[in-house]
Amino acid sequence: MPEYETHEYDVLVIGAGGAGLRAAVEASSMGARTAVITKSLLGKAHTVMAEGGMAAAMGNVWPQDNWQVHFRDTMRGGKMLNNWRMAQIHAQEAPDRVYELEEWGALFDRTPDGRILQRDFGGHRYARLAHVGDRTGLEMIRILQQRGVHQGLDVFAECTINRLFKDSQGRIAGAIGYRRETGELLLFKAKAVVLATGGAGRIWEITSNSWEGTADGHALALYAGADMIDMECIQFHPTGMVWPLSVKGLLVTEGVRGDGGTLKNIDGKRFMFDYIPAMFAAETADNEPEADRWYNDKTVRRTPDLLPRDEVARAINSEVKAGRGTEHGGVFLDIASRRSPEYIRSRLPSMYHQFMQLAGVDITKEAFEVGPTMHYIMGGVRVEAEKQGTAVPGLYAAGEVSGGMHGGNRLGGNSLSDLVVFGRRAGMGAAEYALGLTSAPALDQADVDERAALMMKPLEGDGRENPYAIHTALRTLMQNKVGIIRTESELQEALVEIASLKERLTRVKAGGDTKYNPGWHLALDLEHMITVAEVVTRAAIERKESRGGHTRDDYPNPSPEFGKVNIVDRLGPNGVEVRQEPLPQMPPELAELFADGGDDAHG
Amino acid sequence: MPTANLKVWRGDDSGDYQNYQVEYGHGEVVLDVIHKLQATQAGDLAVRWNCKAGKCGSCSAEINGHPRLQCMTRMEIFEEGEEIVIAPLKTYKLIRDLVTDVSVNFEKAKTIPFVDLEKPAPGDVRRMAQMDIDRVQEFHKCIECFICMDVCHVIRDHPDNMDKFVGPRYFVQLAMVAMHPLDQHPKREMVAYGFGLEYCNITKCCTEVCPEGIHITDNAIIPLKERRVDELYDPLRMIGRALFGKK
Ligand SMILES: Cc1cc2nc3c(=O)[nH]c(=O)nc-3n(C[C@H](O)[C@H](O)[C@H](O)COP(=O)(O)OP(=O)(O)OC[C@H]3O[C@@H](n4cnc5c(N)ncnc54)[C@H](O)[C@@H]3O)c2cc1C
Ligand code: SF4
Ligand code: SF4
Ligand code: FES
Repeated sequence: MPEYETHEYDVLVIGAGGAGLRAAVEASSMGARTAVITKSLLGKAHTVMAEGGMAAAMGNVWPQDNWQVHFRDTMRGGKMLNNWRMAQIHAQEAPDRVYELEEWGALFDRTPDGRILQRDFGGHRYARLAHVGDRTGLEMIRILQQRGVHQGLDVFAECTINRLFKDSQGRIAGAIGYRRETGELLLFKAKAVVLATGGAGRIWEITSNSWEGTADGHALALYAGADMIDMECIQFHPTGMVWPLSVKGLLVTEGVRGDGGTLKNIDGKRFMFDYIPAMFAAETADNEPEADRWYNDKTVRRTPDLLPRDEVARAINSEVKAGRGTEHGGVFLDIASRRSPEYIRSRLPSMYHQFMQLAGVDITKEAFEVGPTMHYIMGGVRVEAEKQGTAVPGLYAAGEVSGGMHGGNRLGGNSLSDLVVFGRRAGMGAAEYALGLTSAPALDQADVDERAALMMKPLEGDGRENPYAIHTALRTLMQNKVGIIRTESELQEALVEIASLKERLTRVKAGGDTKYNPGWHLALDLEHMITVAEVVTRAAIERKESRGGHTRDDYPNPSPEFGKVNIVDRLGPNGVEVRQEPLPQMPPELAELFADGGDDAHG
Repeated sequence: MPTANLKVWRGDDSGDYQNYQVEYGHGEVVLDVIHKLQATQAGDLAVRWNCKAGKCGSCSAEINGHPRLQCMTRMEIFEEGEEIVIAPLKTYKLIRDLVTDVSVNFEKAKTIPFVDLEKPAPGDVRRMAQMDIDRVQEFHKCIECFICMDVCHVIRDHPDNMDKFVGPRYFVQLAMVAMHPLDQHPKREMVAYGFGLEYCNITKCCTEVCPEGIHITDNAIIPLKERRVDELYDPLRMIGRALFGKK
């Protein structure tokens, strides 16, 4: 019987982004023996890249703001697919979590009277994002990291979890992974697991996500028997860099538009006025003077440049298709002609440097090219709203890997707040569950050994498939056939190609040995990515309408029927199973907030 | 497409440089070229990266002898055909190729105190003027690339100093806590512990290389040193210490 480096914990948190760190801090403060595992070094998770800010209805800039307005914006932004209870908890608790970060040392930008400043972002009625210049995620991660270190968390950096295990009663019992540095296998016995593994961007070719976004958590949950929800809903952020090729996909924060930037086509036209959807017509300015006044006067209608992301991404896509795009297939984003260089540099310092250093463009002097980039996956592990528990006893999920909170489309700034609101709750739920168990669920040694052997296969087999080549094929396929605009025939073709990639993966061969070998790591991640790509594609076939981050060329409009259901998926004995389930119904006092449709946007 | 002439460190301490030729296009950075190399010629080449935008501090390496972020080093700064030497950071123990063991930093992080803020006035939130936090926000920009640690002669040339001297990155963190406008610790006392400040002779090499432009020496180290001096020679405090038995 092989020996593994083995550790025992009450709560195992997989992921050290905002969600994972906050969960771990909570679980450990409740007395649960807690470990955090991360594929990168501590402090490098994707959260570090978040720029614009963290949404919380503190009302520091606009006293009219409150949780009800935030809740309403979130639900409408999500095209009403959201789990209403999660959206409610999020809106109610986000301000406390911002103040908690401040208590722990975060230094948010200030209002003139010394309170936390808030900035405008797409889909938020009032300036609502607490921020630190344009590096809010760095602030969040550093503060949580220091908090965790001082609380004595055990951290397993550069370790990757490959599978979860259950006991004979179907409860979470542990997980297996490997140390990236040495390739040694690592076995965890754990009573509860919190998945906080972030997103899935690396399944697409053009993405703002880092190498870590390989959908591991989604896959781990699927293999463990949990449900997925809304997996067809993918956010293509409207403004990624498009040139030079080397930085294609890299994010340009929505803060550029929040702070006054506007989108223009090749003719210099502010085209967003042509793309105001009926749902937002009553609250969106249809002329330039009103749109420009809105930044300082919230009694007029908001600029269409800050419509929710799905709307803006589709508009850019249409402009480019109609031949009004730039040389490199994007549109222009112009803040240079609208704000002073000093203002731009002080509000958007890292954007200024990003363009200066990587593209040789001075954003205080000229407009720059942008286009859509895969940014965020709304879909994820289905959790209950209060403590983030899943269908598998002992399994919890928080942050981007979980689903439901953002429905069909996430508003900017609602992720950072989601991470800490639900990270905390998941940590609490997992700790309560683990501390309540009288004995630790037992691992099945045969499961462990079988998995361990499979993990070594890409190094040992005599296959000939290069993992990098399979990855490139998957990304191209998903970009072209399961991208921003979808259609039945292409989705069906995608399924066939995914099946063939799955087959190629059985013959994958990574050169080299186990020591810090990225080729081997990728070969293992590919299994996760391909599984999740299939789930996304099947869910996209099922939703025969266009809504939020799911646009169908063959069903271009929202359908009232599909507006009443979530698409839920899981792995059954014969592969992916897809079903429709009615949306949870909100209580009358919340439903009332939507009684007047979109028609109450003034004031 | 131009071809880059790379000389990349392969293996551990007993490894060596290997030569590679990789084509590159307009706007590419060193990390792109390394990735191409990985995908086509050296599948197991070990390199760290995350954001590819200078935000996470993962991809530090010594490029032609200068520590830099690979993702922010454009190929255009090199002459066509010039030999480009890419080596791991020297201050840290090598694991393999471009990856070093930086775990010692996380031990250092544990020694830096955590903030402990004054409570807000009853019924109010904490108030701070932007002017008062501008200075401290600078320290929050640190992306933990450890490039400053790589050039600091105190540890680069004398590995034994590693456990006596927290190093420039952690002086920045110390300053971040010590200068928080609402931190209620007697700050001078806090910095009077042995973080190894005395080893620093203000050469400013760390400041010169910081990709975030943090004025490590002028804004963090020198003020900390000044506080320390005040602390040691402050007669009232010395009496206080004797009376209350504080160290
Ligand atoms: C460029 C950019 C800017 C953004 N700006 C904003 C913004 O301004 N406001 C906002 O609200 N949102 C923003 N977002 C979105 C937001 O940053 C992310 O959704 C969020 O940070 C995800 O956090 P997380 O904690 O869920 O996961 P992540 O931060 O992605 O962390 C995932 C963690 O899981 C670990 N992990 C993954 N798989 C495994 C495995 N198999 N084994 C072990 N560990 C694993 C990783 O190593 C990592 O530690 C932005 C995103 C990007 C890319
Ligand atoms: S100034 Fe001090 S800390 Fe910075 S490099 Fe010189 S000796 Fe090291
Ligand atoms: S202080 Fe500057 S050089 Fe040092 S780790 Fe931080 S960002 Fe890097
Ligand atoms: S990859 Fe993040 S700094 Fe280079």
